[in-house]
Amino acid sequence: MSEGTATVSKSVLEAGEGAPDRCTIDFQDQANVARRRVVQGIAFGLLWLAGIAAVLVLLFVAGYVIARGAGTVAADFPGFLLDPPLGGLSAEGGISTTIVTTFYVVFLTIGIAAPLGIFAAIYLVEYAEGVENSENKWVSRLVGVVRFGVETLAGVPSIIFGLFGYALFVTTLNEHTGGFSLISGSLACACLLLPVIIRASEEALKAVPRSYREGSLALGATQWQTVRQVVLPAALPGIITGIVLSVGRVVSETAVFYVTLGGTHNLPTSLRQGGRTMAMHLYTVATETTAYEKAMATGAVLIVTIVLINLIINLISRRLTAGLKGR
Amino acid sequence: MEDVNHTKLETRGYDMFYGDFQALREVHIKIPANQITAIIGPSGCGKSTFLRTFNRMNDLISDVRVAGEVILDGCSIFEMDPVELRRHVGMVFQRPNPFPKSIFDNVAYGPRANGLRDRAQLGDIVKRSLRDAVLWDEVKDDLGRSGLALSGGQQQRLCIARALAVEPQVILMDEPASALDPIATLRIEELIQTLKEKYTIVIVTHNMQQAARASDYTAFFMMAEDRAGCLVEFGPTQQIFTRPQNKQTEDYITGRFG
Repeated sequence: MSEGTATVSKSVLEAGEGAPDRCTIDFQDQANVARRRVVQGIAFGLLWLAGIAAVLVLLFVAGYVIARGAGTVAADFPGFLLDPPLGGLSAEGGISTTIVTTFYVVFLTIGIAAPLGIFAAIYLVEYAEGVENSENKWVSRLVGVVRFGVETLAGVPSIIFGLFGYALFVTTLNEHTGGFSLISGSLACACLLLPVIIRASEEALKAVPRSYREGSLALGATQWQTVRQVVLPAALPGIITGIVLSVGRVVSETAVFYVTLGGTHNLPTSLRQGGRTMAMHLYTVATETTAYEKAMATGAVLIVTIVLINLIINLISRRLTAGLKGR
Repeated sequence: MEDVNHTKLETRGYDMFYGDFQALREVHIKIPANQITAIIGPSGCGKSTFLRTFNRMNDLISDVRVAGEVILDGCSIFEMDPVELRRHVGMVFQRPNPFPKSIFDNVAYGPRANGLRDRAQLGDIVKRSLRDAVLWDEVKDDLGRSGLALSGGQQQRLCIARALAVEPQVILMDEPASALDPIATLRIEELIQTLKEKYTIVIVTHNMQQAARASDYTAFFMMAEDRAGCLVEFGPTQQIFTRPQNKQTEDYITGRFG
């Protein structure tokens, strides 16, 4: 250590004494540097364009729908939001029941899929690792199958989940679910969300440093205490991001609900009754009536709803994690 | 030279394998109580692996196999529940790893995991542990601050306080100062000296001056031909550094390799 210090100070001294008056660095490679800078400039330009394009597409689609729909909403405000739809060829009335039904379905679906998905992810990340390499070949094969299943499910089109939900929840379990109903729709949509939530939660859990787990275990905490007290809080923001994405999926999902939720514009009063979400209403109005502007107005409300939900959940998540972390 | 202190930790013919690779071979050592034992040796000789034996941290790695005996106060650690063992054998890691929680919650973590809920008792433990880790004066005004907001040296002392809070008998330290600047390192070394009154300390270090300066006993590990780690020499630090019995030890401490 002391030797090292001595060497450094000596070389500094020498540098001071022998420093040349003029710049003596050989700059003959300037063309090379300039060329590489141009390439960098082009690359950054393309990346910038791609970023701008993404934002523009979003702004254009959302802006178009909101611009076209806002007028209709404003013309009958707040009636459009507070009155129930009356049906008919010109889609008289508002969309109040579809807004409420959308929220029912969101809460139910997330309520079913989030705990299942998060627990499955915890199992896969925190427990299955050890099991996978265990002596018991059958258990490790089972874990492999679960992993493969999750990955495959993520790529299955939503109408397949809808048909499955129709066959199982609406038809086979008719006695329990009431056929086309909130519970049938939510169960079917929960199947669709499971892989989304599992994968987002898995990523979030994997991102928690190993040192947190070791630190906790070294203090005599059990593995579950470690997961519950250290890993989950640290992974929470990532898990919540997955939930936010899922909420967006439920709000915008049409195919699954089209074949499981029925489609009546009346407000469901129990889990065993069907209903119509905003997205379904939009589809129905756009395809079966002449009131195209009402469909646009519904779309505008739909987009604003998604943005609001995302903002609210992000706010809650920030509060939550700030409280856990300490100041 | 007879041991003044009784043996706290002992290994007898301890072998460890990662799959087919033998990481440690035939380690016999008796680590005395209330002393600081340094483990030195070149990179990859199994120092850390050996240290992590004592709180069974190696259990977390799949495919690890052990043979031989490891004894804490007369009890075989492989017959103990690892959760119970780790309450008696604490650990401080190479990089400070406070939880993303408040200073208070970091220190109270271990006692809480053991089931202690009483707020006043927890408060006493937190205060005592932070005092023992010489961190109290720097943080007492705001225990609600995040542990991650502290400097590197403070974070490492927080991790030591966290380990002390569960009142272990042994504290394992895996190069606890290697990620710190020289001044923070010195503070940690001073702290370790005060801790040996109450605890048995085993510290892995790659810094030989640190071993010479801060330990009572030194164990020198070295790789064999097949890269398995072996204990070459163990004895009072002064003897290891002034009159090593083994040629390899002498070569290593005089800086001829490593």
